Amino acid sequence: MKYFLKRVIGTIPVLLGVILLIFIMLRIVPGNPAVLLLGEHYDQATVDRLTEIMGFNKPIIEQFINYILGALSGDLGISYKYSRPVTDMILEALPYTVRLAVMAAVFAWAIGLIAGIIAAVNNNNFIDRIFMGFSLMGVSMPIFMTSLVLQYFLSFKLGIFPMTEDGSFVSMILPAIALGWNSAGSIARMTRSSLIEVMQADYIDTARAKGLKRAAVIIFHALKNSLLPVVTMMALQLSSMLSGAVITESVFAIPGIGRLATTAIQNRDMPVLQGTVLFTTVIIIAGNLIADLLYSVLDPRIRKGE
Amino acid sequence: MSSQDMKDIKLNDELQLEIGERDGIRDKLKKMCRQNHLAAISAIVILIIILMAVFAPVIAPYGETEAILIDRLQGPSMKHLLGTDELGRDLFSRMLYGSRLSIAIGILPSLISLVIGVAAGLTAGYFGGKIDYVIMRIADVMLSIPSLLLAMVVMYTLGTSTVNLFVALSMTGWSSVARVVRSQTLSIKESEYVEAARSIGVSRFKIMTRHILPNCIPSLIVLFTLNVPSAILSESSLSFLGIGVRVPQASWGLIVNQGRQFLFTQPWLCMAPCVAIMIVVLAFNFLGDGLRDVLDPYMQR
Amino acid sequence: MDNNNILEIRGLKSYFFTEKGTAPAVDGVDIDIPKGQIVGLVGESGCGKSMTVRSVMGLLKYPGRVVEGSILFDGEEIAGLPENKLRDICGRDISMIFQEPMTSLNPVVKVGKQVRETLLVHNRGISKTEAKAQVIEMFRKVGIPEPEKRYDSYPHQLSGGLRQRVMIAMAMICKPKLLIADEPTTALDVTIEAQILRLMKELRDETGMSVLLITHNLGVVAELCDYVYVMYAGKIVEQAETFELFDHTAHPYTKGLLSSIPRIGQTEERLHTIPGVVPNLLHLPKGCAFCNRCELADKGCKGSSPELIEISPGHMIRCFKNAAGEAVASDASSAGVKAPGTGASDKAASGEAKKSESEAAEAKAEAFDKAGHAGEEGAL
Repeated sequence: MKYFLKRVIGTIPVLLGVILLIFIMLRIVPGNPAVLLLGEHYDQATVDRLTEIMGFNKPIIEQFINYILGALSGDLGISYKYSRPVTDMILEALPYTVRLAVMAAVFAWAIGLIAGIIAAVNNNNFIDRIFMGFSLMGVSMPIFMTSLVLQYFLSFKLGIFPMTEDGSFVSMILPAIALGWNSAGSIARMTRSSLIEVMQADYIDTARAKGLKRAAVIIFHALKNSLLPVVTMMALQLSSMLSGAVITESVFAIPGIGRLATTAIQNRDMPVLQGTVLFTTVIIIAGNLIADLLYSVLDPRIRKGE
Repeated sequence: MSSQDMKDIKLNDELQLEIGERDGIRDKLKKMCRQNHLAAISAIVILIIILMAVFAPVIAPYGETEAILIDRLQGPSMKHLLGTDELGRDLFSRMLYGSRLSIAIGILPSLISLVIGVAAGLTAGYFGGKIDYVIMRIADVMLSIPSLLLAMVVMYTLGTSTVNLFVALSMTGWSSVARVVRSQTLSIKESEYVEAARSIGVSRFKIMTRHILPNCIPSLIVLFTLNVPSAILSESSLSFLGIGVRVPQASWGLIVNQGRQFLFTQPWLCMAPCVAIMIVVLAFNFLGDGLRDVLDPYMQR
Repeated sequence: MDNNNILEIRGLKSYFFTEKGTAPAVDGVDIDIPKGQIVGLVGESGCGKSMTVRSVMGLLKYPGRVVEGSILFDGEEIAGLPENKLRDICGRDISMIFQEPMTSLNPVVKVGKQVRETLLVHNRGISKTEAKAQVIEMFRKVGIPEPEKRYDSYPHQLSGGLRQRVMIAMAMICKPKLLIADEPTTALDVTIEAQILRLMKELRDETGMSVLLITHNLGVVAELCDYVYVMYAGKIVEQAETFELFDHTAHPYTKGLLSSIPRIGQTEERLHTIPGVVPNLLHLPKGCAFCNRCELADKGCKGSSPELIEISPGHMIRCFKNAAGEAVASDASSAGVKAPGTGASDKAASGEAKKSESEAAEAKAEAFDKAGHAGEEGAL
């Protein structure tokens, strides 16, 4: 528990750093944001009044503090383009991304773990090579390629799945597979190498000397140990999955967080971009913490603080 | 036989299979080519693609933006190996020219982030204390933001252009390099030979560059080889979303973006560049794996 | 098959097939383990002693493989047995203790559960609570304090000595007929080492099992073993009863091992060492594997490889220079060290083989005092 508290406190500077970095990067854009906000037809007095209201003329430090205070109370600013609170827009888009990410994660971990274990058990033979070839292909395929290939064959040619997202569960299957494919590859590779390494450990010899058969050795002794490094990869996977969601959401026209970010760039809608990036990053940092907690549950050496 | 001898023999492996000369990097590379044919083939593929990119103007049957409107949206044929797009531009030629940007964007930002990462990692690891804390927290910040979103923010700020794309991708890759270099620096810093060098008054800079850095080189080669494909993927993703390379320049990601509207009628327009990206990334990944096996077997990823 | 032997290894060959060539790590080894006896297998690191027992247990690691030979356990051939059949025997009839108690226990499983697992695997009917009770009883027997509490400990919470006791409990829980101990005390402190060795001996006396003890420490051999095999470069080079070996050391290698043990009260400044290192198994000398390091070696030794020959009843050596007296004299004069154990021989007159048990133990303890304490550092 003490360990966990320490980890929570340790993330605060990182979180502040993330906010600061994004804030600064988005503020050094040349031009007065009030002008952007108003569009082309304006007079100087209107611009000045808006600048005053929005606080664009205040020192950057004050703007920063105000932004953080706002963010803490759930206020991420107002969209330039749609004149709506960014928080509302994110909350509307969130369910889509969560559904996509959860389905993709389930797919990726199920396929990745099974493939990794099968490959490791068949260390270096034909089956291992086939599985590892496939997972390296998974890692090497751009997500938009997987998306487009699935869309072309399964939706267009065979007509099994809807072309784009329409709110139904079935319509989310293709985007989820497209998004999870990549992660499945890296999970499989990690699981395999970790399991092979653990199988070399002395305690595996002990288990075999005790009279445990192969399957029992793997299930009761090797798997739990080999999953430790895989768990640490979870947070990394979450990060790459949220990156990937930007692309799948674009291909399958899903109105999720990633799509919000892409359109925000096209609309030069700074508050929306800032809000979505910040929100995503907070989720990833939280994911990191959860992975750490899970690790300490799995590994008694850490739990006891040693 | 003294206990020290005993230990030495143990270190050299129970069976003394390992007793023998330590291989240099060159020997290890030779070993990799002998044992890991896939890695060797990948190296050749990469070499061929780089040569094709360099000599694109010589090889390409048509110019980069040369549009032959009568030949619009043709399928693959002898005249146009991979068909043509909606403006009658030869896809094969466009992809040859596009490979120049895609490969350059894979390699150059990886090099830059390697340099930044080495500098940051060495400094953090060698000086420790507050400097270490600040540098590593910055690295944490960079690692927390999904790389694609971070690149998108940079592109928003700097504006969409090819040069800015280089900047955006250089910013994202350095933190993982810094982490590896820092941890190696920490362990080498405590070694006897660095202590010895320090005791005879060798300067800090020299200790870092002469003693610590050379020990990191095998890991750096591996990291670089594995960073290139992820940079290529990032570039193509950004260009695919329309916030990377701008027309009339071509990169593979952008060609996919333009061909996407013809996915159901002329699928080769976006599939050909997709396959090209996959082949290059696959080759770099195979090579990186092979290199890691011989150069840095204890590195995890 | 001699009915008195629990284990008979005949002509065992286990090779490593590496890219640089084939390494004969075990090259035609014959070992007999009589029922109820403790047999020592001695040699430097890398001589193939671990490989030999791993071959018995089916634990050879890639690229190692048993090439030929027979392993009779209790009259039954277990070499080449399918994995699943072999696992039924392992843990129940033959069990093993490993060298590193730190890494030989699974770090994420409670030690009690790890021991209980052995019981559950080999006794189908047993309930978990009953098994737990038996484990706690066994913990008590091997001298683990507060066994109920320790049952729920993780390995990292125990000291090295306790972990090795857990390993012993795990090995003993099914009352095996043969216990193989692969350098069980090498990683432990000297005081703990003595305790563990005493425990193993007590357990042997109590259960009548046989023990194959692998060690590089001749002091441990002197204290514990009834019979000794000395191994070098994959072959047995000398075998004899423990007294005989210490009294009439015949092979130059064994003599080297004995004289390189430092002793209290030793006047010479430099400790005797065997020159050179263990030969690379990929490039063994053509003749006797020891010829490059042997002070007695001549042309004949380099030309052909010697066979095991019996020089006195139950004492065999693999050496052309087998005249024991000559060898001892030569060694003593050249190294200036009197072989330890010679002292013991004064009392334990070599001719009287049939001595009473207590006398024998006494003499051996003395031999241990002389040879042993040195072994503290593992200094061979």
